[in-house]
Amino acid sequence: MEQDKNTWDIVVRPKSNLYNLNLKELMRYKDLILLLVKRDIVAVYKQTVLGPLWMIVQPIFTTLVYLFTFSATAKISTDGIPPILFYLMGLTFWNYFSDSLLKTSNTFIANASVFGKVYFPRLVMPISVVISNLVKLFLQCLLLTLVYLYYLFTSNDVQFNFYAIIYIPLAVLFLGIFSLSLGVVFSAFTTKYRDLTFLLGFAVQLLMFGSCIVLPASIYGEKILSILMFNPIVPIIEAVKYFLTGHGLFSPFHLMFAFVTIILTFVIGVMVFNKTEKTFIDTV
Amino acid sequence: MNERVIEINNLGKQYRLGQVGSTTLGDDLKRWWYSLRGKEDPFLKIGEENDRTKKGESDFVWAVKNINFNVDKGDVLGIIGKNGAGKSTLLKILSRTTSPTVGEYKIKGRVASLLEVGTGFHPDLTGRENVFLNGAILGMTKNEIKRNFDEIVSFSGVERYIDTPVKRYSSGMYVRLAFAVAAHLEPEILIVDEVLAVGDAEFRKKCLGKMSEVSKFGRTVLFVSHELSAISSICNKGLLLKNGRIESEGLITKVLNDYMSGTNSKNPSLSWEEKDRPGDEHVKLNSIRVLNMSNILTNTFYLGEDLKVEIDYEVISSDNLRVNPGISIYTATEQLVTVSLPNKSEIKTNKGFHTATCYIKNSMLNEGIYNFRINAHTFYPTILHFDLKDIVTIEIIEKQVDDRTTDYKDKLLGIIRPEFEWKIN
Repeated sequence: MEQDKNTWDIVVRPKSNLYNLNLKELMRYKDLILLLVKRDIVAVYKQTVLGPLWMIVQPIFTTLVYLFTFSATAKISTDGIPPILFYLMGLTFWNYFSDSLLKTSNTFIANASVFGKVYFPRLVMPISVVISNLVKLFLQCLLLTLVYLYYLFTSNDVQFNFYAIIYIPLAVLFLGIFSLSLGVVFSAFTTKYRDLTFLLGFAVQLLMFGSCIVLPASIYGEKILSILMFNPIVPIIEAVKYFLTGHGLFSPFHLMFAFVTIILTFVIGVMVFNKTEKTFIDTV
Repeated sequence: MNERVIEINNLGKQYRLGQVGSTTLGDDLKRWWYSLRGKEDPFLKIGEENDRTKKGESDFVWAVKNINFNVDKGDVLGIIGKNGAGKSTLLKILSRTTSPTVGEYKIKGRVASLLEVGTGFHPDLTGRENVFLNGAILGMTKNEIKRNFDEIVSFSGVERYIDTPVKRYSSGMYVRLAFAVAAHLEPEILIVDEVLAVGDAEFRKKCLGKMSEVSKFGRTVLFVSHELSAISSICNKGLLLKNGRIESEGLITKVLNDYMSGTNSKNPSLSWEEKDRPGDEHVKLNSIRVLNMSNILTNTFYLGEDLKVEIDYEVISSDNLRVNPGISIYTATEQLVTVSLPNKSEIKTNKGFHTATCYIKNSMLNEGIYNFRINAHTFYPTILHFDLKDIVTIEIIEKQVDDRTTDYKDKLLGIIRPEFEWKIN
């Protein structure tokens, strides 16, 4: 029987190319990504009265909590930005990052039952998580815009910089990629070593305090801050604050460093994920 | 010549037994160290055949090994084997949910695997939303689902509840909806693992119908099931796995026969030692023999040939029980053909050894493999003394096909072959 070797659609071998993203296949499953995003958003708020409004209520409550504990009670400065705006701004972007990270890091374990039964590009799951958090971020940004506009017109401390319009989408993109890549790396390791799920919970909390979300950059000394600026999240979110209010640190060098770090993390993340996705179901 | 759509070369998968956990870090490092020096994975050399009943020496086991086979377009391949023979592992590898340890396989066309129905169903979403989600997970695009939506809903028969969250569904409705989605997949290759074990009889029939329909459109189906009658009714090819290796492949009838003869006693005479005799405190079974009319032990008979089964048993109790030995005949696909019991005048109630001889005359059995189930009952009060399924296997063969007086010389399907007489005027 004559067989043309090139006609096979799928060839599976034990080991495959480490860096094989297979974007074409991923595109074929774009409907699945969209449906999963829809599921994430719709299913969580079924049988609630407020529905997706909870996405907006959550940051309001958290902001109020921080307002009372850190600003009103502990009298921690907010670097000249009105406290409500300071916390809301930080939280909106931070939550986007941390929610995506925590949920993507759980990809293999949470979806083991589905992954064990059906094949589709595994990357579909973490991508859909980041996209549904993006939708959430968008709604929260509406709230942030309202609060922001109020302060823009009533407070002299808030100055709008036109570059914000270009910079913020870029920041969102990189935060998204960063959470996806980190999450994917962790998800790959947690399939075998479950300990990491517990560790990551603490690590993310700790990272929040090291990312100038509730504690302003000025609270740290020069020395500590110079180290903190190598945490990719710090220069990114600080620059958001800078462009929106005029307060905050804007350091092109650290920003570039952050972007390069994120791209490297992404490359490593995809590699690790590719290596794990094929056999994780045996170890999960 | 048929087009080949699946080609599998020397496929194998190794599993590590026991707890996967902290101890693997050491093995991982060792593997990494070997691969760093360009050596072969040290753990691949060890590993034993997959036999779940024996306690192995090594922690590594080959769930499937040395699998080589091809599937042609339009084939419906039934994969059979005992529990743990590697059937599901093979399907898992082919559906790409896990990857092989060694070997490779090639597939032509889109594959959809149905290792479970309702994968990814979210309990809070409505039936409608879940149809879309599940369809997409199985590889359909939104437009394909939209196009088939009405058909899916009517196939499932849950129109009325389509906008209700599936957590409110009965389990039957849930499965119906889930299978309906799967049934409307349009892949070139469909991989199905025992999903028919649920649902009511009507729905199962519908599902089987759908599956054989699928193959008529030139699509290929790989089907794993323990339900041999389902396999034999829809598959044309078969693959028998035993301890992770291919034991037999080819036409489904051949494979099924190999399976049956492998699992059942080929021996026409069985007897038990005093201490392992089957039975209860009233009756013990000593031996069973299958003979032809010339009193020769055999389990191969010609079509229409009479045979007899002898059952030696001992009545131990002195309660004067009316012990009824009984014989049931099953087909290779586990369908019951008939049941027989002795006349009441034959029943012996006294203590001691008895031999029940059952003459099977004009059995009308068609050619093929049949299994005997032999048991003994007392009916008033009801006591089951022993009940041995598939204890003896016989094969009925046609003496010489050429002697057949019909034009048709191939195998005549069916369980029975009574004598018919035709007159055409």
